[in-house]
Amino acid sequence: MKMPMLLQLFWIFFKIGLFTIGGGYAMIPMITDQVVSRGWLTLPQLIDFIAVSESTPGPFAINIATFIGMENAGIVGALSATLGVVLPSFIVILIVANYFYDRFVGNFYVQGALSGIRPAVLGLISSAAVTVLLSALFGGAKLSQGLSGLAAGFSLPGALILAVLVVLNLLKKDLHPIVMIIIAAGLGILLNVLLA
Amino acid sequence: METRQTLKNIGELFWTFFKIGAFTFGGGYAMIPLIHREAVEKHPWITSDDMMNMIAIAESTPGALAVNSATFVGCRVAGFWGALFATIGVVLPSLAIICVISLFYLQFLANKWVAWAFEGVRCAVVLLMVNAVVKLAKGGRLTAFHVVLSIAAFLAAAFTKFDTILIILISGIIGVIYALWCRYRSAEQGGR
Repeated sequence: MKMPMLLQLFWIFFKIGLFTIGGGYAMIPMITDQVVSRGWLTLPQLIDFIAVSESTPGPFAINIATFIGMENAGIVGALSATLGVVLPSFIVILIVANYFYDRFVGNFYVQGALSGIRPAVLGLISSAAVTVLLSALFGGAKLSQGLSGLAAGFSLPGALILAVLVVLNLLKKDLHPIVMIIIAAGLGILLNVLLA
Repeated sequence: METRQTLKNIGELFWTFFKIGAFTFGGGYAMIPLIHREAVEKHPWITSDDMMNMIAIAESTPGALAVNSATFVGCRVAGFWGALFATIGVVLPSLAIICVISLFYLQFLANKWVAWAFEGVRCAVVLLMVNAVVKLAKGGRLTAFHVVLSIAAFLAAAFTKFDTILIILISGIIGVIYALWCRYRSAEQGGR
């Protein structure tokens, strides 16, 4: 039982690492797809961990791989998942740096593929953002459950906090993610104390 | 003599990228100034032009910018072993920190105050993701073709059971076909 789990962690994160183009947030749709569906992590846990990762050093890719590996199979699991997520970029960069270098970026087919992948990633992150929004505001209700399903899970504190953060985000364009997270955490505590 | 120099380089690569991994929050572009200072100004391992090239390559290849940069600089300075140790260096701090956090994570979240705080934090994550989308959208020149592809990917992910990786693969193929078609069309017009 143990060995397949380690291999699975390695393989799933290898696939995720291979298809992550467009920064850390581009991984989130794949994590919900490949990891949450396997029961290695729940959606609220994933969302919480995104915030934890923003508040700790290092790239999101490494943080999330280590975390999921650690939670499911201890230190060896963390090593397997992290190795998996790093290996594709390591191999690709070694090949590019040694054999293509400046011919790679200008290559017609590379540019063509990227011109398709970049906008798609935009759509994928947007879809993941909707999922996160539903989780934060409607207790994880699905759009398919209709208005009554959404209303049943509606969280008033969540809506108030989101409204404040949206205004803040519009007023101060370059608010540091950590500052935003700290403000949101403070509001979460404040509202719950007031409501209790 | 040469081996000793190489060993020294590999050690410095490891240590430099260890520091970069340990001190950059938020990853990605936050670490570009730091990498520039260490790899271009201080050591200097690569030129400013190399650095620009490296960022372009990192943006066009899979994986985290930090890891890609470490592998790239390491490879330029000391070949395979340089790449390996620079990459291990940049990964190690996150790996260690998250392993330690994981040990206390569940007890931490079970605390009432922490649970309340995280109710708010989830809302912040929504905005962080929206900001990431806006930043990516601003970075590229979005034509009608790109917008349609974005919306199609969104709909496929939100309302169908399509695998995310499959969506990325298909979009890459569509991108290549579209580029070929554009080239064919402009060649035809040029021929007239």
